[in-house]
Amino acid sequence: MLTITGLSKRYKTGDEALTDVSLSVPDGQVLGLIGPSGAGKSTLIRCVNRLVEPTNGSIDLNGVELQRMGSSKLRKARRRIGMIFQEYALVERLSVMENVLSGRLGYVGFWASWFRKYPQKDIQEAFRLLDRVGLAHMVNKRADELSGGQRQRVGIARALIQDPELLLVDEPTASLDPKTSRQIMRLICELCEERKLSAIINIHDVALAKLFVQRIVGLQAGQIVFDGEPESLDASVLTQIYGEEDWEATSQNDKANDAHVVDDSDKSEQDGA
Amino acid sequence: MPENTRSSNSPPGSTPPNDVIRQWKKPPAIERPWLRYGLLILTLVYLFFSLGSYDVNWSRVAEGMERGWAFVKAFANPDFTSRRTDFIEGMTESIIMCIASTVVGILISIPIALGAASNLAPMPVYLFCRAIIALSRALHEIIVAILMVAIFGFGPLAGFITLSFATIGFLSKLLAEDIEAMDKTQAEAIKSTGASWLQWVNYAIQPQVMPRLIGLSIYRLDINFRESAVLGLVGAGGIGATLNTAFDRYEFDTAAAIIITIIAIVMVLEYSSSIIRRWVQ
Repeated sequence: MLTITGLSKRYKTGDEALTDVSLSVPDGQVLGLIGPSGAGKSTLIRCVNRLVEPTNGSIDLNGVELQRMGSSKLRKARRRIGMIFQEYALVERLSVMENVLSGRLGYVGFWASWFRKYPQKDIQEAFRLLDRVGLAHMVNKRADELSGGQRQRVGIARALIQDPELLLVDEPTASLDPKTSRQIMRLICELCEERKLSAIINIHDVALAKLFVQRIVGLQAGQIVFDGEPESLDASVLTQIYGEEDWEATSQNDKANDAHVVDDSDKSEQDGA
Repeated sequence: MPENTRSSNSPPGSTPPNDVIRQWKKPPAIERPWLRYGLLILTLVYLFFSLGSYDVNWSRVAEGMERGWAFVKAFANPDFTSRRTDFIEGMTESIIMCIASTVVGILISIPIALGAASNLAPMPVYLFCRAIIALSRALHEIIVAILMVAIFGFGPLAGFITLSFATIGFLSKLLAEDIEAMDKTQAEAIKSTGASWLQWVNYAIQPQVMPRLIGLSIYRLDINFRESAVLGLVGAGGIGATLNTAFDRYEFDTAAAIIITIIAIVMVLEYSSSIIRRWVQ
């Protein structure tokens, strides 16, 4: 259970990115965070693992207060929070296996990681995860040789090998084509389901969010303006979050696309996109 | 504003009809014409007077041409043999000196580069490391070498320390700049796994800057070799000492042999560096 209370973030430039945000995510819930660019979505999830230092407020993950920790405790806490990024954020010149194993850095000592001598059970788990995301044949490929969809799968494996209690997912599909986007979203949601993981997913594609997540939170100018089920997200709510637009036309088109793409994507789930 | 989004297809202002011919020219870098042409004229005037300030003694040039020609002619039949022992000794000393100083210089440069990267180091560390770099870069090798010869006496030890010191300024600065230009999200991703600082450097930064580090190191090896030829002139060891003796005795053919060898070695380094760089990319 992640509980965020009264979270605010003001950048040095004076921009108020988040204002008094309170939110709680129960175990196993996948939450979609939507909102226009600059609404504070990225800042919010980065405040949770303190890649961005919050100005005010408290963050509590399963009884552990994250915002008051010293750096060594914070490192321990970060191990249990997996993160998946928009541009995959793989280390380009490292191999797939090294990228996945880097998820264990918080658990192994410096020399073990320097010589790439990870414990056998970590290597076992890395292979298992690569099998699960369909990349077992790519182990020694360099990350920059992979396609977008494959990279994001490596990113997912890296986050999961941390054995996290929570996943923070920042625009996982923004750099992917529509089909791969759906496969990646499905994979993330399935894995959360399997492991009873809770997740916060920042996402621009509202139709995609509605398709996969259990709860949607709308952020606008650093404040929560909507919190509810995907079904209750209608044109008036979208207007409230993003501003005036002809919402009916877009969502109708999307429905037609959904019906078509969802059908055939199951078969090609493991094709590496 | 709903009206705004809906009507975004029609342009806001009035558009002239299509048959009007509209001119376009790239705007000049300096907008004010008097400043633009003023600077140009000033530069030309300065150049005219500064060239006029050198007085050339043409009869001396005519005489010198002959000596210069003798030097150039010596390249046609370089003499590798008559000073063979000095030649081999000097070359070995130079090669050992340049390899040792490059390796030591690199090893010291890496921590300084990490400290001199503004996105990694806290302000006091940053300023300290930048100060070391500035000091090393401000002093030319020859000046450092004269000082080192004064401290350690004649010989390759002075040259070795000089070149190591010069390598630090060069490599740390350029490596720090590469670290500053790295991709932030890769660093963020490794940090979010709970990695320690050293692990973070090893996994997120090292892979990003490795090709540049290798390229710069080979380039520096090349520079150190060339410098080692000059350092001999002030007594800091290496082939430069042999070269200096050859000049003093007007043995241009031996000097030519030395210079040709230096050129050959630099070319080999240049060629191998391009191969290695292609391999690490």
